[in-house]
Amino acid sequence: MTSNDIRKATIAVMVDNEPGVLARVVGLFSGRGYNIDSLTVSEVDEAAHLSRITIVTRGTEMIIEQIKAQLRRLVPVHRVSDLTVEGAHVERELALVKVASSGDKRVEALRIADIFRARAVDSTIGSFVFEITGSVEKLSAFVDLMRPLGLVDVSRTGVVAISRGPDAL
Amino acid sequence: MAQDRMTGSEILIKALSDQGVDVVFGYPGGAVLPIYDALFQQNHLRHILVRQEGGAVHAAEGYARSTGKVGVVLVTSGPGATNCVTGLTDALMDSVPVVCLTGQVPTHLIGNDAFQEADTLGITRPCTKHNYLVRHVDDLAHVVHEAFHVAKSGRPGPVVVDLPKDVVTAPGSYTPPARARHRSYNPRVKGDLSRIEEAVDLLAAAKRPLIYAGGGVINAGPAASQLLTNLVDTTGFPTTLTLMGLGALRGSHKNFIGMVGMHGSLEANMCMHDCDVMLCVGARFDDRVTGRVDAFSPDSTKIHIDIDASSINKNIPIHVPIVGDCAYVLEDLTKVWKSRQARPDGKALAEWWDRIERWRARKSFGYKPSADVIKPQHALDLLNARLRERDDVYITTEVGQHQMWAAQFIGFEKPNRWMTSGGLGTMGYGLPAAMGVQVAHPDALVIDVAGEASVLMNIQEMSTIAQYRLPVKVFILNNRWMGMVRQWQEFFFGGRYAESYMDSLPDFVKLAESFGAVGLRANGPDELDSVIDDMIAAPKAVIADIRIDPDENVYPMIPAGAAHNQITMSPDDEVKLDAAHKDEGMVLV
Ligand SMILES: Cc1cc2nc3c(=O)[nH]c(=O)nc-3n(C[C@H](O)[C@H](O)[C@H](O)COP(=O)(O)OP(=O)(O)OC[C@H]3O[C@@H](n4cnc5c(N)ncnc54)[C@H](O)[C@@H]3O)c2cc1C
Ligand SMILES: Cc1ncc(C[n+]2csc(CCOP(=O)(O)OP(=O)(O)O)c2C)c(N)n1
Repeated sequence: MTSNDIRKATIAVMVDNEPGVLARVVGLFSGRGYNIDSLTVSEVDEAAHLSRITIVTRGTEMIIEQIKAQLRRLVPVHRVSDLTVEGAHVERELALVKVASSGDKRVEALRIADIFRARAVDSTIGSFVFEITGSVEKLSAFVDLMRPLGLVDVSRTGVVAISRGPDAL
Repeated sequence: MAQDRMTGSEILIKALSDQGVDVVFGYPGGAVLPIYDALFQQNHLRHILVRQEGGAVHAAEGYARSTGKVGVVLVTSGPGATNCVTGLTDALMDSVPVVCLTGQVPTHLIGNDAFQEADTLGITRPCTKHNYLVRHVDDLAHVVHEAFHVAKSGRPGPVVVDLPKDVVTAPGSYTPPARARHRSYNPRVKGDLSRIEEAVDLLAAAKRPLIYAGGGVINAGPAASQLLTNLVDTTGFPTTLTLMGLGALRGSHKNFIGMVGMHGSLEANMCMHDCDVMLCVGARFDDRVTGRVDAFSPDSTKIHIDIDASSINKNIPIHVPIVGDCAYVLEDLTKVWKSRQARPDGKALAEWWDRIERWRARKSFGYKPSADVIKPQHALDLLNARLRERDDVYITTEVGQHQMWAAQFIGFEKPNRWMTSGGLGTMGYGLPAAMGVQVAHPDALVIDVAGEASVLMNIQEMSTIAQYRLPVKVFILNNRWMGMVRQWQEFFFGGRYAESYMDSLPDFVKLAESFGAVGLRANGPDELDSVIDDMIAAPKAVIADIRIDPDENVYPMIPAGAAHNQITMSPDDEVKLDAAHKDEGMVLV
């Protein structure tokens, strides 16, 4: 419990889909000075009014335990799971990346997109919008490569994650 | 069906009655007029009209903490709600169950900057355990029942229910309280048995054990205090209490070694520092208790019983965490102790007590008596002597030196008899809290031990006290200073007393009289006995202005940022802080 090493944690939180629940979670992080690397939220069970929040955070083991305990304390929170330590899991992020260029740069952008399995979802004479999914690192690498090739805009979803194997959260 | 014809306001009142509410502290305004109209037409619920909404929340806190029930507040939208923020934060910090009903503008105007609109939900989100906006009249009863459940179960706390005006006027149907399990909120009360067994093994093997208990024992109800007392009796272990825990073990118990922390006893703090096994029961390792965290109880194995997992391992690493209600856990722990026929290490314990007795013999709460000027400790000693004769005493305090002296010099033989603002340290808490206690216990002796600066923060409540003929006693230890601030300026800011002198104070005797109360004054030690007697004997409210030594400081003191064994015992003691920790301590509060 006393380690001062900082680790990353991907935390999945099932909450009631009700007004204010996101403010509660975000307020908890800002009010207590915890880090948010990314946060995603969407309803996942319409009938049961449940939303799933995925938060990527970092801190010492003691802080991450605190974060989980603080989340569990919120009344509309059903389950909190630290995917990073609770067995194998898959993490994915999606990005839309706009590149405006012509000539060699345009060709090079397409070539790299192909290597990264990014799809062009919009194209004009002077631009592409690529859709790419994968790990945070893969997306960042792609964006970095696009920078000299005319990168003008990026929109990223933040991480969504799920455990491997048959069990639900 | 007749019930279908109820208005939102009637539903609200029925829900409150079904929750066993008998009194509401409140203040009317536009958005809650329909509720007040419904209150007017019934006679189950008593309404106490405060003079400022902040007073209502503290009154509800006093009511709650002295009864174990939920305190209820009713205020209007906008300024009515924002005036409650301090009280709600106070209740959150000290785990006090309060339900605060706030009026709101009609739903179709929310977000339009309507007259007396405030984002009550947004403003109170960080200072409540939970809050609700009721959007449909048919949800109203259910939400109110849930609010009470959340306020009083698990770790208690304040809950706000925001009530738009159209919702409380709309017709709707009532739903009675249900026993159904909550969808997501189900605090755990039973502790993990294997952890409890581990705790018993550690305690039985301890050579220098310490029980450190806090407000959680009070929260868990009188049965928990009894179980704690039994455990102390069975083991013979020394036991300290936090400011919030006073009364959880009776003050006169031979194993009680005094309050711990910044202004706690030498023996309690030395035990904290030197113990080898610490059993923390419903306390939260607050920085007023731990002092310097990296020097906190360096050699002990720590067991922590708490209903809130987030209290465990927050400030101090814990070896044996036990999540559960301390009444349930203490019961199981005692059972395991007995079934294993565990025995404390008698020889080691005797040696430990020898050391404790030597610390005790230094009488860390001692003071130099004076024949000319009233020493606050002496005034409280005399008061305490009179209080020991009776069993119906409730003490509240404001915040400052007087609060610490009250904690040190008044003995609490039972839980729920001591109401103080610990976590937030809210000046102005004591008078309205005393009012709430007196409403709950009309025949009891309720005393607010006050400082002259703090008491002015909610002095308007003297008017409420007059209206309801509440015989609250205000015992002001009047040093003409914001004493606690003055003490820090003396110790840490070179005696530069910036803005801490209380100029232009009212004549408290005349002030009392203007509110129809009795005003008394003691200028010197020879007047103390009669003033205390007259105060206790008076059948109505009293303000007793006790003119104390303006220069007296609270001892012992562990300066912020210091370790327990760097305790300062008296004015003759240097503040023991090396330069590095002094700088560190300076930024602490
Ligand atoms: C001027 C000033 C000076 C102060 N000096 C001191 C001092 O010298 N010493 C001191 O002790 N304090 C002092 N305080 C008070 C201090 O700030 C804290 O409020 C106090 O120490 C906290 O007490 P506690 O640990 O008992 O926790 P509380 O705030 O009472 O919290 C209770 C704990 O018990 C848990 N709990 C609640 N219900 C249950 C249950 N049913 N079962 C199990 N657990 C439960 C909660 O989750 C929480 O962790 C001072 C305050 C002021 C204003
Ligand atoms: C609302 C609020 N404002 C400021 C403070 C900071 N503060 C703590 S103690 C204190 C002085 C209290 O003076 P008094 O009530 O006279 O009590 P004394 O310390 O003299 O006994 C102050 C200003 C506080 N605790 N609460």
